[in-house]
Amino acid sequence: MTDVSFVALACGLIIGLGAIGACLGIAIMGGKYLEASARQPELMNTLQTKMFLLAGLIDAAFLIGVGIAMLFVFGKPFTS
Amino acid sequence: MMSPTAETATAHAPTAGEYINHHLGHLTNIHQGFIVDFKVINYDTVFWSILMGVIGLLVLWMGTRRATSGVPGRFQGAIEAVVEMVDDQAKSIIHGDRSFIAPLALTVFVWVFLMNCLDFLPVDLFAWILGHLGFGEMHFRIVPTADLNGPLGMALGVLAVVLYYNVKIKGIGGWIHELFAAPFGIWLAPFNFLLNLIEYAARTVSLGMRLFGNMYAGELLFLLIALLGAMATPFGIVGHVIAGSIWAIFHILIVLLQAFIFMMLTLVYIGQAHESH
Repeated sequence: MTDVSFVALACGLIIGLGAIGACLGIAIMGGKYLEASARQPELMNTLQTKMFLLAGLIDAAFLIGVGIAMLFVFGKPFTS
Repeated sequence: MMSPTAETATAHAPTAGEYINHHLGHLTNIHQGFIVDFKVINYDTVFWSILMGVIGLLVLWMGTRRATSGVPGRFQGAIEAVVEMVDDQAKSIIHGDRSFIAPLALTVFVWVFLMNCLDFLPVDLFAWILGHLGFGEMHFRIVPTADLNGPLGMALGVLAVVLYYNVKIKGIGGWIHELFAAPFGIWLAPFNFLLNLIEYAARTVSLGMRLFGNMYAGELLFLLIALLGAMATPFGIVGHVIAGSIWAIFHILIVLLQAFIFMMLTLVYIGQAHESH
Protein backbone atom coordinates (compact mmCIF):
# COMPACT_ATOMS: atom_id res chain seq x y z
CA MET A 1 0.00 0.00 0.00
CA THR A 2 1.16 3.51 -0.75
CA ASP A 3 1.09 6.54 1.50
CA VAL A 4 -1.80 8.02 -0.42
CA SER A 5 -3.99 4.99 0.19
CA PHE A 6 -3.28 5.23 3.92
CA VAL A 7 -4.33 8.87 3.84
CA ALA A 8 -7.58 7.86 2.12
CA LEU A 9 -8.24 5.15 4.72
CA ALA A 10 -7.47 7.54 7.56
CA CYS A 11 -9.88 10.15 6.16
CA GLY A 12 -12.59 7.51 5.87
CA LEU A 13 -12.07 6.57 9.50
CA ILE A 14 -12.04 10.21 10.66
CA ILE A 15 -15.31 11.02 8.92
CA GLY A 16 -17.04 7.69 9.59
CA LEU A 17 -16.28 7.34 13.29
CA GLY A 18 -16.96 11.04 13.85
CA ALA A 19 -20.31 10.70 12.09
CA ILE A 20 -21.33 7.82 14.38
CA GLY A 21 -20.69 9.93 17.45
CA ALA A 22 -22.34 13.06 16.10
CA CYS A 23 -25.44 11.17 14.92
CA LEU A 24 -25.89 9.40 18.26
CA GLY A 25 -25.48 12.71 20.08
CA ILE A 26 -27.96 14.57 17.89
CA ALA A 27 -30.42 11.68 18.08
CA ILE A 28 -30.34 11.47 21.87
CA MET A 29 -30.61 15.23 22.29
CA GLY A 30 -33.39 15.60 19.71
CA GLY A 31 -35.38 12.80 21.31
CA LYS A 32 -35.01 14.31 24.75
CA TYR A 33 -36.02 17.72 23.38
CA LEU A 34 -39.20 16.31 21.84
CA GLU A 35 -40.01 14.46 25.05
CA ALA A 36 -39.42 17.52 27.16
CA SER A 37 -41.50 19.80 24.94
CA ALA A 38 -44.32 17.25 24.90
CA ARG A 39 -44.35 17.33 28.67
CA GLN A 40 -44.05 21.10 29.00
CA PRO A 41 -44.99 22.84 25.74
CA GLU A 42 -44.60 26.29 27.33
CA LEU A 43 -40.84 25.70 27.63
CA MET A 44 -40.47 24.94 23.93
CA ASN A 45 -39.02 28.28 22.86
CA THR A 46 -36.38 28.50 25.57
CA LEU A 47 -35.41 24.89 25.00
CA GLN A 48 -35.23 25.36 21.25
CA THR A 49 -32.50 28.00 21.49
CA LYS A 50 -30.49 25.79 23.79
CA MET A 51 -31.08 22.79 21.53
CA PHE A 52 -29.71 24.59 18.50
CA LEU A 53 -26.69 25.76 20.48
CA LEU A 54 -26.01 22.22 21.65
CA ALA A 55 -26.59 20.83 18.17
CA GLY A 56 -23.81 23.10 16.96
CA LEU A 57 -21.57 21.99 19.80
CA ILE A 58 -22.23 18.30 19.13
CA ASP A 59 -21.62 18.78 15.43
CA ALA A 60 -18.46 20.75 16.06
CA ALA A 61 -16.03 17.90 16.74
CA PHE A 62 -17.37 15.97 13.77
CA LEU A 63 -17.18 18.90 11.41
CA ILE A 64 -13.70 19.80 12.58
CA GLY A 65 -12.81 16.21 11.71
CA VAL A 66 -14.43 16.55 8.29
CA GLY A 67 -12.55 19.79 7.68
CA ILE A 68 -9.22 18.20 8.64
CA ALA A 69 -9.95 15.09 6.56
CA MET A 70 -10.78 17.28 3.55
CA LEU A 71 -7.54 19.17 4.13
CA PHE A 72 -5.66 15.86 4.08
CA VAL A 73 -7.39 14.75 0.90
CA PHE A 74 -7.22 17.92 -1.17
CA GLY A 75 -4.50 19.97 0.52
CA LYS A 76 -2.10 17.00 0.27
CA PRO A 77 0.21 17.85 3.18
CA PHE A 78 1.71 14.33 3.20
CA THR A 79 2.83 14.15 -0.40
CA SER A 80 5.95 16.10 -1.16
CA MET B 1 -9.33 10.09 -11.36
CA MET B 2 -9.87 10.23 -15.06
CA SER B 3 -8.89 7.45 -17.41
CA PRO B 4 -5.93 8.15 -19.74
CA THR B 5 -8.16 8.38 -22.80
CA ALA B 6 -10.41 10.93 -21.18
CA GLU B 7 -7.36 12.85 -20.08
CA THR B 8 -5.95 13.04 -23.58
CA ALA B 9 -9.36 13.97 -24.95
CA THR B 10 -9.62 16.92 -22.58
CA ALA B 11 -5.96 17.84 -22.42
CA HIS B 12 -6.69 21.54 -21.97
CA ALA B 13 -9.26 21.06 -19.18
CA PRO B 14 -8.04 20.62 -15.59
CA THR B 15 -8.47 17.30 -13.81
CA ALA B 16 -10.68 17.00 -10.75
CA GLY B 17 -7.77 17.36 -8.36
CA GLU B 18 -6.35 20.37 -10.20
CA TYR B 19 -9.77 22.02 -10.29
CA ILE B 20 -10.30 21.67 -6.54
CA ASN B 21 -6.74 22.67 -5.70
CA HIS B 22 -7.08 25.75 -7.87
CA HIS B 23 -10.28 26.74 -6.10
CA LEU B 24 -8.78 26.16 -2.66
CA GLY B 25 -5.78 28.40 -3.22
CA HIS B 26 -5.63 31.87 -1.73
CA LEU B 27 -4.61 35.16 -3.23
CA THR B 28 -1.61 35.56 -0.97
CA ASN B 29 1.62 37.52 -0.83
CA ILE B 30 4.11 34.70 -0.27
CA HIS B 31 3.93 30.92 -0.29
CA GLN B 32 3.20 29.54 3.15
CA GLY B 33 6.23 27.59 4.32
CA PHE B 34 5.24 26.59 7.85
CA ILE B 35 2.05 25.65 9.67
CA VAL B 36 2.17 28.95 11.57
CA ASP B 37 3.57 31.76 9.45
CA PHE B 38 2.58 35.29 10.37
CA LYS B 39 4.18 36.80 7.28
CA VAL B 40 1.49 35.34 5.04
CA ILE B 41 -1.39 37.69 4.24
CA ASN B 42 -4.38 36.31 2.36
CA TYR B 43 -5.57 39.40 0.51
CA ASP B 44 -8.87 37.79 -0.54
CA THR B 45 -9.83 36.92 3.03
CA VAL B 46 -8.91 40.39 4.28
CA PHE B 47 -10.77 42.14 1.47
CA TRP B 48 -14.00 40.16 1.68
CA SER B 49 -14.21 40.15 5.47
CA ILE B 50 -13.76 43.92 5.62
CA LEU B 51 -16.25 44.41 2.79
CA MET B 52 -18.85 42.28 4.58
CA GLY B 53 -18.24 44.16 7.83
CA VAL B 54 -18.79 47.47 6.06
CA ILE B 55 -21.95 46.18 4.36
CA GLY B 56 -23.31 44.94 7.69
CA LEU B 57 -22.60 48.31 9.30
CA LEU B 58 -24.26 50.16 6.40
CA VAL B 59 -27.40 48.01 6.56
CA LEU B 60 -27.76 48.47 10.31
CA TRP B 61 -27.01 52.20 9.98
CA MET B 62 -29.69 52.55 7.31
CA GLY B 63 -32.04 50.71 9.65
CA THR B 64 -31.51 53.32 12.36
CA ARG B 65 -31.81 56.24 9.90
CA ARG B 66 -35.11 55.05 8.56
CA ALA B 67 -36.57 53.93 11.87
CA THR B 68 -39.97 55.36 12.70
CA SER B 69 -42.00 55.12 15.87
CA GLY B 70 -45.08 54.64 13.72
CA VAL B 71 -45.97 51.51 11.79
CA PRO B 72 -42.64 49.84 10.94
CA GLY B 73 -41.93 48.52 7.46
CA ARG B 74 -40.54 45.09 6.71
CA PHE B 75 -36.91 46.26 6.75
CA GLN B 76 -37.26 47.87 10.15
CA GLY B 77 -39.15 44.85 11.44
CA ALA B 78 -36.43 42.47 10.37
CA ILE B 79 -33.69 44.54 11.96
CA GLU B 80 -35.71 44.97 15.15
CA ALA B 81 -36.25 41.21 15.32
CA VAL B 82 -32.51 40.52 15.02
CA VAL B 83 -31.55 43.18 17.56
CA GLU B 84 -34.21 41.98 19.99
CA MET B 85 -33.16 38.34 19.61
CA VAL B 86 -29.51 39.17 20.32
CA ASP B 87 -30.45 41.42 23.23
CA ASP B 88 -32.64 38.69 24.75
CA GLN B 89 -29.79 36.18 24.56
CA ALA B 90 -27.36 38.68 26.07
CA LYS B 91 -29.83 39.45 28.85
CA SER B 92 -30.24 35.79 29.76
CA ILE B 93 -26.49 35.09 29.84
CA ILE B 94 -24.75 38.27 31.03
CA HIS B 95 -25.68 39.61 34.45
CA GLY B 96 -24.38 43.12 34.70
CA ASP B 97 -23.51 45.95 32.35
CA ARG B 98 -24.40 45.00 28.77
CA SER B 99 -23.90 48.34 27.06
CA PHE B 100 -20.84 47.05 25.19
CA ILE B 101 -21.46 43.30 25.13
CA ALA B 102 -24.89 43.24 23.47
CA PRO B 103 -23.77 45.41 20.50
CA LEU B 104 -20.63 43.27 20.28
CA ALA B 105 -22.76 40.14 20.02
CA LEU B 106 -24.93 41.80 17.37
CA THR B 107 -21.85 42.77 15.38
CA VAL B 108 -20.45 39.25 15.61
CA PHE B 109 -23.75 37.73 14.52
CA VAL B 110 -24.32 40.02 11.53
CA TRP B 111 -20.69 39.88 10.43
CA VAL B 112 -20.32 36.11 10.62
CA PHE B 113 -23.70 35.67 8.94
CA LEU B 114 -22.77 37.91 6.02
CA MET B 115 -19.37 36.26 5.60
CA ASN B 116 -20.96 32.81 5.63
CA CYS B 117 -23.56 34.00 3.11
CA LEU B 118 -20.78 34.48 0.55
CA ASP B 119 -20.88 30.69 0.29
CA PHE B 120 -24.10 31.00 -1.71
CA LEU B 121 -22.39 32.79 -4.58
CA PRO B 122 -21.55 30.27 -7.33
CA VAL B 123 -18.15 28.70 -6.72
CA ASP B 124 -17.00 29.35 -10.27
CA LEU B 125 -18.28 32.91 -10.59
CA PHE B 126 -15.12 34.71 -9.58
CA ALA B 127 -12.83 32.24 -11.32
CA TRP B 128 -14.88 32.89 -14.47
CA ILE B 129 -14.76 36.67 -14.08
CA LEU B 130 -11.01 36.62 -13.37
CA GLY B 131 -10.48 34.27 -16.29
CA HIS B 132 -12.21 36.73 -18.61
CA LEU B 133 -10.18 39.59 -17.21
CA GLY B 134 -6.99 37.67 -18.00
CA PHE B 135 -6.06 36.46 -14.50
CA GLY B 136 -6.93 32.81 -15.10
CA GLU B 137 -4.02 31.51 -13.03
CA MET B 138 -4.82 33.67 -10.01
CA HIS B 139 -6.12 31.93 -6.90
CA PHE B 140 -9.11 33.64 -5.35
CA ARG B 141 -11.45 32.49 -2.59
CA ILE B 142 -14.35 34.60 -1.48
CA VAL B 143 -15.56 32.97 1.76
CA PRO B 144 -13.46 34.47 4.57
CA THR B 145 -14.78 32.03 7.19
CA ALA B 146 -13.67 29.06 5.08
CA ASP B 147 -10.09 30.24 5.52
CA LEU B 148 -8.74 29.01 8.85
CA ASN B 149 -7.00 32.35 9.46
CA GLY B 150 -10.29 34.26 9.49
CA PRO B 151 -12.20 32.33 12.18
CA LEU B 152 -9.10 31.80 14.31
CA GLY B 153 -8.43 35.53 14.19
CA MET B 154 -11.97 36.22 15.36
CA ALA B 155 -11.61 33.59 18.10
CA LEU B 156 -8.42 35.35 19.27
CA GLY B 157 -10.40 38.59 19.34
CA VAL B 158 -13.01 36.92 21.53
CA LEU B 159 -10.22 35.62 23.80
CA ALA B 160 -8.89 39.17 24.16
CA VAL B 161 -12.35 40.46 25.12
CA VAL B 162 -12.79 37.61 27.62
CA LEU B 163 -9.41 38.36 29.25
CA TYR B 164 -10.30 42.05 29.39
CA TYR B 165 -13.59 41.33 31.14
CA ASN B 166 -11.92 38.88 33.52
CA VAL B 167 -9.55 41.64 34.64
CA LYS B 168 -12.27 44.30 34.64
CA ILE B 169 -14.80 42.35 36.71
CA LYS B 170 -12.53 40.52 39.14
CA GLY B 171 -9.55 42.85 39.21
CA ILE B 172 -6.07 41.67 38.24
CA GLY B 173 -5.53 40.07 41.66
CA GLY B 174 -8.86 38.30 41.71
CA TRP B 175 -8.33 36.93 38.24
CA ILE B 176 -4.85 35.59 39.01
CA HIS B 177 -6.21 34.07 42.20
CA GLU B 178 -8.91 32.36 40.16
CA LEU B 179 -6.36 31.10 37.64
CA PHE B 180 -4.49 29.33 40.43
CA ALA B 181 -7.28 28.46 42.87
CA ALA B 182 -10.19 27.31 40.69
CA PRO B 183 -11.50 24.64 40.49
CA PHE B 184 -9.60 22.47 43.01
CA GLY B 185 -8.56 24.96 45.68
CA ILE B 186 -5.28 26.77 46.30
CA TRP B 187 -3.35 23.65 47.41
CA LEU B 188 -3.41 22.22 43.89
CA ALA B 189 -2.31 25.49 42.28
CA PRO B 190 -0.07 24.05 39.48
CA PHE B 191 -2.83 21.70 38.30
CA ASN B 192 -5.41 24.45 38.43
CA PHE B 193 -3.21 26.78 36.43
CA LEU B 194 -2.50 24.11 33.82
CA LEU B 195 -6.19 23.22 33.59
CA ASN B 196 -7.19 26.87 33.14
CA LEU B 197 -4.56 27.41 30.46
CA ILE B 198 -5.74 24.34 28.58
CA GLU B 199 -9.34 25.50 28.93
CA TYR B 200 -8.60 28.93 27.46
CA ALA B 201 -6.62 27.42 24.59
CA ALA B 202 -9.19 24.73 23.83
CA ARG B 203 -12.05 27.23 23.86
CA THR B 204 -10.32 29.58 21.48
CA VAL B 205 -9.19 26.88 19.07
CA SER B 206 -12.54 25.08 19.05
CA LEU B 207 -14.45 28.34 18.57
CA GLY B 208 -12.44 29.11 15.46
CA MET B 209 -12.17 25.55 14.17
CA ARG B 210 -15.92 24.95 14.48
CA LEU B 211 -16.81 27.80 12.17
CA PHE B 212 -13.95 26.98 9.81
CA GLY B 213 -14.80 23.27 9.67
CA ASN B 214 -18.44 23.91 8.84
CA MET B 215 -17.75 26.48 6.17
CA TYR B 216 -14.80 24.63 4.62
CA ALA B 217 -16.74 21.37 4.41
CA GLY B 218 -19.69 23.25 2.92
CA GLU B 219 -17.55 24.96 0.32
CA LEU B 220 -15.84 21.70 -0.62
CA LEU B 221 -19.21 20.05 -1.08
CA PHE B 222 -20.21 22.85 -3.45
CA LEU B 223 -16.99 22.23 -5.38
CA LEU B 224 -17.60 18.47 -5.52
CA ILE B 225 -21.18 19.07 -6.66
CA ALA B 226 -19.90 21.38 -9.39
CA LEU B 227 -17.50 18.63 -10.46
CA LEU B 228 -20.29 16.07 -10.49
CA GLY B 229 -22.43 18.33 -12.61
CA ALA B 230 -19.64 18.92 -15.10
CA MET B 231 -18.55 15.31 -15.45
CA ALA B 232 -21.21 12.80 -14.57
CA THR B 233 -24.62 14.12 -15.60
CA PRO B 234 -26.37 14.94 -18.89
CA PHE B 235 -25.65 18.34 -20.50
CA GLY B 236 -23.02 18.93 -17.84
CA ILE B 237 -25.45 20.87 -15.68
CA VAL B 238 -28.49 18.80 -14.60
CA GLY B 239 -26.87 17.15 -11.58
CA HIS B 240 -25.23 20.41 -10.58
CA VAL B 241 -28.51 22.32 -10.51
CA ILE B 242 -30.43 19.65 -8.58
CA ALA B 243 -27.77 18.67 -6.04
CA GLY B 244 -26.51 22.24 -5.75
CA SER B 245 -29.96 23.62 -4.94
CA ILE B 246 -30.58 20.94 -2.31
CA TRP B 247 -27.25 21.58 -0.64
CA ALA B 248 -27.68 25.36 -0.86
CA ILE B 249 -31.06 25.15 0.87
CA PHE B 250 -29.62 22.94 3.58
CA HIS B 251 -26.65 25.26 3.82
CA ILE B 252 -28.89 28.20 4.73
CA LEU B 253 -29.58 26.39 8.00
CA ILE B 254 -25.88 25.79 8.66
CA VAL B 255 -24.95 29.39 7.83
CA LEU B 256 -27.52 30.81 10.24
CA LEU B 257 -26.79 28.21 12.90
CA GLN B 258 -23.04 28.77 12.84
CA ALA B 259 -23.43 32.55 13.06
CA PHE B 260 -25.83 32.05 15.97
CA ILE B 261 -23.51 29.59 17.71
CA PHE B 262 -20.49 31.85 17.30
CA MET B 263 -22.49 34.71 18.85
CA MET B 264 -23.86 32.55 21.67
CA LEU B 265 -20.46 31.14 22.57
CA THR B 266 -18.96 34.63 22.56
CA LEU B 267 -21.69 35.61 25.03
CA VAL B 268 -21.23 32.44 27.12
CA TYR B 269 -17.46 32.95 27.39
CA ILE B 270 -17.89 36.61 28.34
CA GLY B 271 -20.60 35.54 30.78
CA GLN B 272 -18.18 33.11 32.42
CA ALA B 273 -15.75 35.98 32.86
CA HIS B 274 -18.47 37.71 34.90
CA GLU B 275 -18.88 34.83 37.34
CA SER B 276 -16.47 34.56 40.21
CA HIS B 277 -15.59 31.32 41.92
